[in-house]
Amino acid sequence: MADRAAAAAPKRVLALGATSAIAEATLRLFAERHASFFLVGRNVRKLAAVRDDLLTRGASAATAFVADLDDTGAHPAIVAQAVTVLGGLDLALIAHGVLGDQPEAEKEYSAAEAILHTNFLSAVSLVTWLANYFEAERRGTIAVISSVAGDRGRKSNYVYGASKGGLNIFLDGVRNRIDRAGVNVLTIKPGFVATPMTAHLPKGALFAQPAQVAKHIVRAIDKRKDIVYVPPFWALIMLVVRMIPRRVFKKMNM
Amino acid sequence: MGNSSCKEERGPRFESWGRYPNFQADVVALHWGADFPLQQPPAGKQLPVGLGRSYGDVCLLENGTLLETSGMDRLLHFDAATGMLRCEAGVSLQQVLDFAVPRGFFLPVTPGTKYVTVGGAIANDIHGKNHHVAGTFGRHVLRFELVRSDGVRFVCSPIEHPEWFAATIGGMGLTGLITWAEIHLRPIVSRKIEYRGEKFHGIDEFFALSQAATSEYAVAWIDCVSTGRNFARGIFMQGDHSETPGPLTRSKEAKLTFPFELPEIALNRFSMAAFNSLYFHKQLGNQKIGPVDYEPFFYPLDAVLRWNRMYGKQGLLQFQNVLPHESGREGMIEILQAITKSGLASFLAVIKFFGDVPSVGMMSFPQPGPMLALDFPIRREVSFDLVDRLARITQEHGGRMYSAKDARMTPEQYQAFYPQWQEFARYVDPGFDSAFWQRVTGRRPLVG
Repeated sequence: MADRAAAAAPKRVLALGATSAIAEATLRLFAERHASFFLVGRNVRKLAAVRDDLLTRGASAATAFVADLDDTGAHPAIVAQAVTVLGGLDLALIAHGVLGDQPEAEKEYSAAEAILHTNFLSAVSLVTWLANYFEAERRGTIAVISSVAGDRGRKSNYVYGASKGGLNIFLDGVRNRIDRAGVNVLTIKPGFVATPMTAHLPKGALFAQPAQVAKHIVRAIDKRKDIVYVPPFWALIMLVVRMIPRRVFKKMNM
Repeated sequence: MGNSSCKEERGPRFESWGRYPNFQADVVALHWGADFPLQQPPAGKQLPVGLGRSYGDVCLLENGTLLETSGMDRLLHFDAATGMLRCEAGVSLQQVLDFAVPRGFFLPVTPGTKYVTVGGAIANDIHGKNHHVAGTFGRHVLRFELVRSDGVRFVCSPIEHPEWFAATIGGMGLTGLITWAEIHLRPIVSRKIEYRGEKFHGIDEFFALSQAATSEYAVAWIDCVSTGRNFARGIFMQGDHSETPGPLTRSKEAKLTFPFELPEIALNRFSMAAFNSLYFHKQLGNQKIGPVDYEPFFYPLDAVLRWNRMYGKQGLLQFQNVLPHESGREGMIEILQAITKSGLASFLAVIKFFGDVPSVGMMSFPQPGPMLALDFPIRREVSFDLVDRLARITQEHGGRMYSAKDARMTPEQYQAFYPQWQEFARYVDPGFDSAFWQRVTGRRPLVG
């Protein structure tokens, strides 16, 4: 079993939003297995630091590619370039996203739209191109970092939640389409993770470190899971949250 | 989320490993060197902090902004031919070891915990059991980048901005933010340390063993509780990296966490005497020789996370000093007598000789001679009085104390220990400050 997982382990990895803390921690584990990387992100200096880190840790190659993933028009070219540079793909990890400003998004539609565009539409665009590529290859993995926030609409961050909830349903559908072609679609649902995205939040006992979350993500990729809560105890928390009757949930301050 | 009982208006209170003193501060987690200076510069002063393992107030700042660097943890380059590792300043020594040991390399100098950052190791110019041959950590730093709060960035080395290189090594984080550094690792062929432990009775036997020691690593545990026949007994511990090829695996992560704060009563004269006796007699014979893993040799306390909780809510005071050779024997006896008489010592006491390898840092602590380090549970007044007295004895004998371990030095003492402090002050970033620096420059009274 371990041998099979190692043999099938992704060697050519496209990382979209490579400077996100969860992505970076996950890529480090693949670097230790000597994978090669095509890293996409917005900030050239941060991207260079991630690339250097992965190379130092054992990556056999790493290319940094600066792009704003909000620009969906550029997506086909980015995927094509990654395929060319790496000589094909085994894994695409989609990790970019924004938490957004919920109160602002309640007042201004444009703020809500920006969150939906980055977290949902740009991911839909990328998955569309990647699904077609992998379906034709009849192998590979698309792993997407979504969120537990997509499991139920909450008063405190429903715009972000809607962007992730929509993404979850989209990924469910894509999975059902390309599973039969041998392509694995993994929906990753992190709970609270101590990252720059959550830097402003007070840290409770539920916060996990990116490195801890990354181990679970890599295990889920190796095992070709469909959906994974990271850390796993979030599956239980969200089961409870989903079961709370609506008339109670309405009154809660979550 | 969990209920929080803190009543502070701003962020939570921030404490060092000694848990005394503690101050309220805002904390900004820096994940990238490029993110400093902050886009919205804070109104007050700033101070970089790594993993907060220094003991007193050197990593604290009241009503300021702590720049927490442990998210800057990238390894940027490694040259296996020379052992040169370039990494970001928030990389911990644990992370360095996890990376280096499987590749056949080890830290050039390591303190008694691996949970410190490279930036913190430079800022406190830390030392280890091999000081007598290897000097301080700073001697193995090739270059680093220093970023000032006004955005000026420069690379420092012995030949590039050497004055900033010297001021920043041991500069307590006050000269600016270190974003990355290059350190020189040393090769090893095994995780194993060839260990040799010998019991000694009294300070003269310790001095004799130190004189005769030939190993790269040498340190002694000393009983600071027992009196009379057992006064200043201890175990002299030496070690060398094994030259027999052996395992080069990565260490397992520590799983034990000290679960709660012990009540004050738990650490008392009797329990400490019992601990010390147990430790002394744990080694049955007078000599113990054989290979041991590097983890228990270098980091016996790292196996238990949050061990500082053992000292309860009040926390602990650490005392570390060094005396010159000339007055070393007499001074150490006086200090040990004061400690045993107080009955306050815990069992975590070490004594060793610093060598004469010069430190590169302007404010580095080590100087040739015997050095003593131990901690005391905080019992109001009594512990403070004792440490204040030890500081006075240290001063009378021409020694000095270690800033990274201190919470009690007066400005007069500090300025006597480090007469170059005014020259150093010229290199302090105008946007940076620390509770320690305020205290030793006479701008903040001691917290009682």
